[in-house]
Amino acid sequence: MDLRDTQEEAAFRAELRGWLEANLPGERRGGRGGAQRFDDAFGREWSRKLYEAGYAGLTWPKEYGGAGAPYSFQAIFYEEMARAQAPGHVGVIGLGMAGPTIMAHGTDEQKQAHLSKILSAEEIWCQGFSEPGAGSDLAAARTSAERRGDVYVVNGQKVWSSFAHIADFCILVTLSDPDAKRYQGLTYLIVDMHSPGIEVRPLRQITGEAEFNEIFFNDVEVPVSNRLGEEGEGWQVAMTTLLHERGTLGFALTAALDVSVGKLLEVARERGNGDAGARERVAAEWIELQALRYTNYRALGTLQRTGIPGPEGSAIKLRWSEQNQRLTKLGRELLGGDGILDDGWWHHQQLRSRGNTIEAGTSEVLRNIVAERVLGLPRSR
Amino acid sequence: MDFAFNEDQLELKRQARAWLGERYPLDREWDAAQDDRWAELAELGWLGVSVAEDQGGVGLGFLEEAILLEELGYALYPGPYLGTIGFALAALGPEDRTAVAAGATKWSAEVNGLVPWLGSVDKVVDMDGNAQDARGEELASVDPSRPLGRLERGNGTPLPGRRDVPRARAAMAAEAVGIAQRVLELGIEHAKTREQFGKPIGVYQAVSHQLADTYADVELARSLAYWAAWCVAEDDEQATVAAAAAKAFAAEAAVRACERSIQVHGGTGFTWEHPLHRFYKRALWLEGFGSRPSELRLEVADAVLGVPVGV
Repeated sequence: MDLRDTQEEAAFRAELRGWLEANLPGERRGGRGGAQRFDDAFGREWSRKLYEAGYAGLTWPKEYGGAGAPYSFQAIFYEEMARAQAPGHVGVIGLGMAGPTIMAHGTDEQKQAHLSKILSAEEIWCQGFSEPGAGSDLAAARTSAERRGDVYVVNGQKVWSSFAHIADFCILVTLSDPDAKRYQGLTYLIVDMHSPGIEVRPLRQITGEAEFNEIFFNDVEVPVSNRLGEEGEGWQVAMTTLLHERGTLGFALTAALDVSVGKLLEVARERGNGDAGARERVAAEWIELQALRYTNYRALGTLQRTGIPGPEGSAIKLRWSEQNQRLTKLGRELLGGDGILDDGWWHHQQLRSRGNTIEAGTSEVLRNIVAERVLGLPRSR
Repeated sequence: MDFAFNEDQLELKRQARAWLGERYPLDREWDAAQDDRWAELAELGWLGVSVAEDQGGVGLGFLEEAILLEELGYALYPGPYLGTIGFALAALGPEDRTAVAAGATKWSAEVNGLVPWLGSVDKVVDMDGNAQDARGEELASVDPSRPLGRLERGNGTPLPGRRDVPRARAAMAAEAVGIAQRVLELGIEHAKTREQFGKPIGVYQAVSHQLADTYADVELARSLAYWAAWCVAEDDEQATVAAAAAKAFAAEAAVRACERSIQVHGGTGFTWEHPLHRFYKRALWLEGFGSRPSELRLEVADAVLGVPVGV
């Protein structure tokens, strides 16, 4: 056990910190996290720069164009990006979810076609999993894929899709056999978002912004060669995607929280510094942040030793989301009478945080997952 | 960056779990006097873990002691290991350390005017860092297996080391993690086997989600406890704030874990016969001994916000 950076880690951290200092324009720092819509050209340009500097796909194997670096480098990357308050790579769905799924289940042609372009941000990806009638219950997806010769004809609607409005490709879970048993009728497709019959509509959320989209599919033809895995095995392929979503999520979440706790400390120093009650609550949030940070490191330690993320990581998203909600309230409270003003940060953070216990696995589903898969309790359904 | 135990440390943890499980089972005679097996602990090397080899110890460090403390909590071990190793050892000079490693002297320390195990240890590190003979008035404690007393002071003998508060707090955090882990496991076992309305009660989310919440609490507490233990072992500059954070969080997590486990056990959990109340009392002791969680959080606030001006 050694909580200090190794020589290699320290060198990587210093190099990245210097690179961010030199390359990130000041006015692009301090964005509000997930709420960026990446409509302008900067998102792709910035992502391209990250790629050219070697920071995209740090943990991807070298044979697929990645850096083949240990997971700790990915952790350092998130920490330093948060420290600089730098905007993320717009290809997060490709890098974190679609890419690893293609590596695990894709054909050589699919790997050739997409992996290098995901890294370079030439291809932006989105995710078509949730539907109006299938949120937590992914196996209830009703977007249909009907086989006609060399194509699947796709009809239906997906929802809560980040980046769909700028995406080139979508990882899509479809129902190819409505008569099959549950989990056995799903097929996983790679869909070109520029195909005829696709319509993307912004989905306005409670903050007033439209960070997410709805995607409508109307007789969209998808070549059979774009299928990931076998027909009817979409559930297993989707589980690979979600495993990777969780694998690297913890560090990204904690990095964002680090920024918020930093702002909370600022407000506390300015506004509520003499009030012991307020000081104690601020300290509790700082402690919880450290607890999440070191739980990430423990999960990373398990991952580096065994190749499998440790079970302790499953608690991180659950606790992170609840903490983010709690601390945004505290931030406003510390502002006292001015807490009623829309200051552009805390008001937005408080509203946005309500989504945290819903997106990427609702807290109810996450508690079920912990109970059943980690604690070994009998299934509740 | 490597936040994991090495193979030797994991082996120590496994050995401790097995050894303690055999000697301190859940169906022991709880209300009878319990043997602290001090000579056996010395034989195992547990009393000299961080004592230098040329002083008769094993020459390891506080990380290994924290591993043992977690397992001693898990087993609800009754003896003064925490007092001797967690509270006193850092203050002791070479001769006293050798005696500790050999199992010849049991120690405790005076904290906020109270001395744990006053009636059963030999020596006490008093509030000023002097050694005193263990003598004084014994008091009832929230945890009867961990008695308290008020020291009757003599002149005392100055000790060469320091009262290491972060070390003591990190030790209590490790023990609290062990307590929380044990009552979580008891709750899981009960929820898997107890049937109501024709099903094991663990299928009901009102039950299973309480255990999932405890799991999250325990894992976060564990991370803080190991972080604090590493900082203490390495004499890291963050040791003070890490130990305060870990003790506050882990003690509260252990209390909550016990309370949820009692609830999950239903009426059984409320009986004297079931051992849950004994773990609960130990958790309450850990929460209250030294500084309470709210006081510790104010210390953390001083560290991260700066001490307020004019207060």
